[in-house]
Amino acid sequence: MPKQPKPPASERLKQSMSSAMGDMQGSQAWTSIFRPGSIFRKGYSDSPRNRSYVIMNSVLYHLHPVKVKRHAVKVSYTLCLGGLSFFLFILLTVTGIFLMFFYRPTAAQAWDDIYNLQASVTFGLLVRNMHRWAAHLMVIAVFLHMARVFYHGAYKPPREFNWVIGVILLTLTLLLSFTGYLLPWDQLALWAVTVGTNMMGFTPVFGDQVRFVLLGSVEISTDTLLRWYVLHVLLLPFVIVIFMAIHFWRVRKDGGISGPL
Amino acid sequence: MAEIPEHLLKRAQEARQRSQAQKGGDTTATGDGAPTGGDTTASGDITASEPAAAKPANAGAASSAQAASSGASKIPQHLLDRAKSARQQAATGAGAGAQSASAAGASVTDTAVATATASAPAPVQPEHTGPGGGTQRLLTVVKSGSIQDVKATPTDKVHVWPHLLVVEFVAALLVTAFTLIFSIFVNAPLLELANVNETPNPSKAPWYFMGLQELLTMFHPMVAGVTIPGMGLFLLMLAPYMDRNPSKKPEDRKFAISLMTVHLMFWAILVMIGSFFRGPGFNFVFPWEAGLFFEL
Repeated sequence: MPKQPKPPASERLKQSMSSAMGDMQGSQAWTSIFRPGSIFRKGYSDSPRNRSYVIMNSVLYHLHPVKVKRHAVKVSYTLCLGGLSFFLFILLTVTGIFLMFFYRPTAAQAWDDIYNLQASVTFGLLVRNMHRWAAHLMVIAVFLHMARVFYHGAYKPPREFNWVIGVILLTLTLLLSFTGYLLPWDQLALWAVTVGTNMMGFTPVFGDQVRFVLLGSVEISTDTLLRWYVLHVLLLPFVIVIFMAIHFWRVRKDGGISGPL
Repeated sequence: MAEIPEHLLKRAQEARQRSQAQKGGDTTATGDGAPTGGDTTASGDITASEPAAAKPANAGAASSAQAASSGASKIPQHLLDRAKSARQQAATGAGAGAQSASAAGASVTDTAVATATASAPAPVQPEHTGPGGGTQRLLTVVKSGSIQDVKATPTDKVHVWPHLLVVEFVAALLVTAFTLIFSIFVNAPLLELANVNETPNPSKAPWYFMGLQELLTMFHPMVAGVTIPGMGLFLLMLAPYMDRNPSKKPEDRKFAISLMTVHLMFWAILVMIGSFFRGPGFNFVFPWEAGLFFEL
């Protein structure tokens, strides 16, 4: 009997790898994690049914409908600005949580914590930079998104109310950015916030009260720092997530994005 | 009950008038053939079954003419044969049948939902006939569009996976890469520890509030810091309710677009002046002469 030539090692490795992959994908644990239609399931095939399942059976993707108008996927129409605003919010949340591990919101410790974060925490400087630049980018993205929506007339019926929600989201974005501005507790932060809050102090009738609520005292102090920290990491994100949920929900209820022109 | 189409009502009205007129001058004549003959032609195209149903009443009166006219309408041959046999069976009761047939024919076209009881009760019921001896019955007239009413015009759609998710993924990846690379090369500012007793000169708000700070040089703080931005946000929220123009086409919205552009440019210019052209004492300077007084 002629001896069968052995396949080369790379071929054998490939075969055993694929069979191991098949075993894993066929296991009960694997199929319990990935719902039908998942691209990670065994024997996934590209069919209209599976394309629908990918969206319907994913907790993240089902923000989207299964199908959208063909023009809605054109980058030249939306420039992805709304989606990128949301994505920057997620990026800011992730980097912000990282920063929270190293930061104490008191006048005595805040600046030192930031300094040590940059000097001695692995990736500390990088993550803080990313948080800062992503924040500025998000303000720009939200602004541009608003301009885009206006120029397309996308606020017209039935989308009037979603525009109002959008203006609220813009305001919340500015407030989130502004409250974060104080937290490093350096000269830039202190005096930028002084300029800002002095302006709000000129609110008619109860200007002094508004200023006191914002500052937690008559002058910017450690109370202000704590107050703005809680606003920045908890209250405003909480509120903005609620409004974002309404915003996205209304996009779908109002018949998807507007257009084509 | 469903609405009866206009053209059917009109046709029924005509048929009724014609049969009335003929009944008046027909009392002595062949009695049975004429009224129903008018009826058949009137209701001929409501449904193909109608003439066949009315036919037995005609009995032997004008059977050859009937065959000719029914040949024109598209009645299947086996139905015609069946009607013919029924007609022969009902020939005895023709005189009584004429009365009921004309009445039934009128009511059929009037209500549009009825049975055309065709001939008089025949002594022997032929096979495959209805209770009145008729071979076919008009059950209902369904207005077109009342069952399958297409309300939405079909739109050209694509699956979100992969078409939209791929775009989103690439966009998110690009922004992440940009932020990451920018952060590697440009550090976020961290000035010296906050000191309430040492005011930097100039003191500037964050860039997105620079427009307001710039307005402070021209107006009372209450106007610049509260009234103008408050009104601005309020008007922005009201924009969809103030803009009554239904068109989304740029050529129809010249006023709205100009207004928004002027508005955006106004703030952009204020922000840029405040950020780059204001030096110590918040005095106007040129950044290429006095340097940049701006931190992000």
